[in-house]
Amino acid sequence: MDFEHDDEQQALRDAVRGLVGETYADHDHRRTTTGEDPGFDERLWARMAEMGLLGLPFAEADGGAGAGPVEIGIVCQELGRVAAPEPYLAAVVTAGGLVAACGSPAQRSELIGPLAGGERLLALAHAEPGGRWTAEASSVTASESDGRWTLSGTKEPVPHGARADVLLVSAVLPTGGTGVFVVDPAAAEVTGYAVYDGSRAARVVLDDTPGTPLGEAGRDLTASIATVQDLARVMGANQALGAMRSALTATTGYLTSRKQFGVTLNTFQDLTFRAADMYVSLELTQSVVDWATMVVEQGDPATLADAAARVSLQVSRAGRHVGQETIQLHGGIAMTAEYSVGSLVAQLTVLDHLLGDGSHHLAQLAGRVDDHGMLDPLG
Amino acid sequence: MRLQLSEDDRAFREEMRRFFTTEVPEEIRQTVIEGRELSKEQIVEAMRVMNGAGLAVPHWPEEYGGRGWSDLQRHLWYDEMQRAGVPPPLAFNASMIGPVLTQFGTQEQKDRFLPATANLDIWWAQGFSEPDAGSDLASLRTSAVRDGDEWVVNGQKTWTTLGQHADWIFMLVRTDPEAKKQRGISMLLIDMSLPGVEVRPIELIDGGHEVNEVWFDDVRVPGDLLVGELNQGWTIAKFLLGNERVGVAPVTATKRALARLKEVAADVVADDPLARARIAELENELLALELTALRVAAHSTDGEPHPASSVLKLKGSELQQAVSELAVDLAGPGSLASGADDDSALASWQRGSTPRYLNLRKASIYGGSNEIQRQIIASRILGL
Ligand SMILES: Cc1cc2nc3c(=O)[nH]c(=O)nc-3n(C[C@H](O)[C@H](O)[C@H](O)COP(=O)(O)OP(=O)(O)OC[C@H]3O[C@@H](n4cnc5c(N)ncnc54)[C@H](O)[C@@H]3O)c2cc1C
Repeated sequence: MDFEHDDEQQALRDAVRGLVGETYADHDHRRTTTGEDPGFDERLWARMAEMGLLGLPFAEADGGAGAGPVEIGIVCQELGRVAAPEPYLAAVVTAGGLVAACGSPAQRSELIGPLAGGERLLALAHAEPGGRWTAEASSVTASESDGRWTLSGTKEPVPHGARADVLLVSAVLPTGGTGVFVVDPAAAEVTGYAVYDGSRAARVVLDDTPGTPLGEAGRDLTASIATVQDLARVMGANQALGAMRSALTATTGYLTSRKQFGVTLNTFQDLTFRAADMYVSLELTQSVVDWATMVVEQGDPATLADAAARVSLQVSRAGRHVGQETIQLHGGIAMTAEYSVGSLVAQLTVLDHLLGDGSHHLAQLAGRVDDHGMLDPLG
Repeated sequence: MRLQLSEDDRAFREEMRRFFTTEVPEEIRQTVIEGRELSKEQIVEAMRVMNGAGLAVPHWPEEYGGRGWSDLQRHLWYDEMQRAGVPPPLAFNASMIGPVLTQFGTQEQKDRFLPATANLDIWWAQGFSEPDAGSDLASLRTSAVRDGDEWVVNGQKTWTTLGQHADWIFMLVRTDPEAKKQRGISMLLIDMSLPGVEVRPIELIDGGHEVNEVWFDDVRVPGDLLVGELNQGWTIAKFLLGNERVGVAPVTATKRALARLKEVAADVVADDPLARARIAELENELLALELTALRVAAHSTDGEPHPASSVLKLKGSELQQAVSELAVDLAGPGSLASGADDDSALASWQRGSTPRYLNLRKASIYGGSNEIQRQIIASRILGL
């Protein structure tokens, strides 16, 4: 039992903080970066590749570094801390994770090495208009004729879909179940746009668009998609934790420096109490995030699914609390795009809705309350 | 980072589990699990069984019966105790005056009181609060004036929990009325059977009698029962209150209460999606609290308390209260039957739900109210 990082992990954190923190220390840089496509800093992305961060989760045989979830979590926390718009969660954790889990050896070496090297960006096109958060595709369909597969339907929103060099598209298989296909974006109609947190998403329209099955053709990959989503939930929670920590730091800094009525704001007890409650939310969240990250390391898919739902619920509740209070306690300045805390809150809001918000996960957990007596996090 | 317990800690946990579930009488544990009130004899018996096995005061220095355990081991000890429904060692003895005497007591006081305190041969009460000194404890007025070899004590204490059972009371008294509030306070040990000590019951909103007023009218206390230096009482009180807060988040007991509620109210829960959602939400919050307690316990190896430990009292009391509130709601109209006896057609958990809910409102008031905890977090941790 140990919730602390070891020296190597600490060194990784320092290195990532140095690189990412330095890039976005200046909020103006974030604003100009997100002001134009692709919505993130390509040079930073290349330097992250050089540092080996993009290959962290993948097996060495596939061109990765074979690191564990704690290390990936550290990267995500540091990205969250500065609301970095880089597509780490979308490209590395989610799309890369799915290739690593389901791809054939040839596909893995063809896709993961270049992803890790920063040469090719992958994106998973899974969400469909009108859908909620499921692991299955429902309106995009795949058909096969003479061993050639084609896909039809619309995927939206697809995080970072317009910048991606390779799309992984989920689709209903002719025999039922959900498959995943490697698609050349040039063969689809891809329309990108900005998301409110400055990142990018896209609409991908497929019309008899050719695709190559990821892994064995015709195989139902719903369970693998679900597990990758759970992994992304946990890593998204790490990112949210980083954002929450920065939000609280900014808030306490503001309360001790902003003067109204001739005194600094921390003279008013109501405000200090609300900051104390933000701290409570944050520390409780840190505990659950650390735990869920460790569950990834040792958990089977069912245990991971449970931990992912729990951490998502915690992060949803706490992220909203901390985010909303950050804005309120800053007053008007927080409403401006020029000031940095708004981007943290926007990012928290994105993370809350990417893979299931608090109500969604609460409903899942509520449906299973009879399955256990007392929860025991140590198993 | 590592989630599993080490082999040793796992074995330790097993040993605790075995002890608590086999050595403490079933009847006592069942009383706790069903949320019924324990008698004085049951509390004494449980503590003596534990003390006999060296498990009543493991956090004391080893020479006085402590075990030299890690914080994590202490966490597991406390966790297994609650899981099994074992009433924790009486806090006034084990967590409050015991550690104070080991730290500040004279050798004579240690020899005289510590073994009896660990074995609950002496039942202690805490005499800190007064009608005009609650959160602002330092404004207390009960006075002790030196007269020859003795102290003469006059004044009134209030909120004295289980004072009706107590043999002795550890008191904060004003020994220098001239000095600045905090500087004129001392700690005295007072035998409650002395002439001039009067205990008057206070009835609480749940109908029970767990607190008292204690009046002191020219009570003559031997001079050697001053703890520590004269006028050092505030330092001692802060030391004591720091210890008090460590044990105040009974996470496992709250988890157990919630798990039991799911069981006894299964029919209601099955048909009520909102109740299921409240349960799931509370379970998640308890998970976060438990993990925080573990994170704190696993970390505090270097002696410094983890900053997050202040979260435990605040959130722990809120969740204790929330679970009791849910119980009243699930009991529905049956919650009105608090006065019915055991022949009632309603289940005992239903009848007991409201008194328990009302009683637990105290959790966010005593031991440093939750507002005081927020004050501590804001000023000491956040620097506000
Ligand atoms: C069931 C029960 C058992 C107890 N047992 C014992 C015992 O055995 N021995 C003993 O000595 N004492 C005991 N106490 C007393 C307990 O410690 C006090 O009740 C507590 O310190 C609060 O003091 P108060 O009740 O006077 O409330 P007050 O201090 O008058 O507070 C009233 C309200 O104002 C808030 N408040 C006070 N100051 C501030 C501030 N600076 N900022 C913001 N909010 C503030 C409080 O949080 C509270 O909500 C017990 C209390 C209860 C209810």
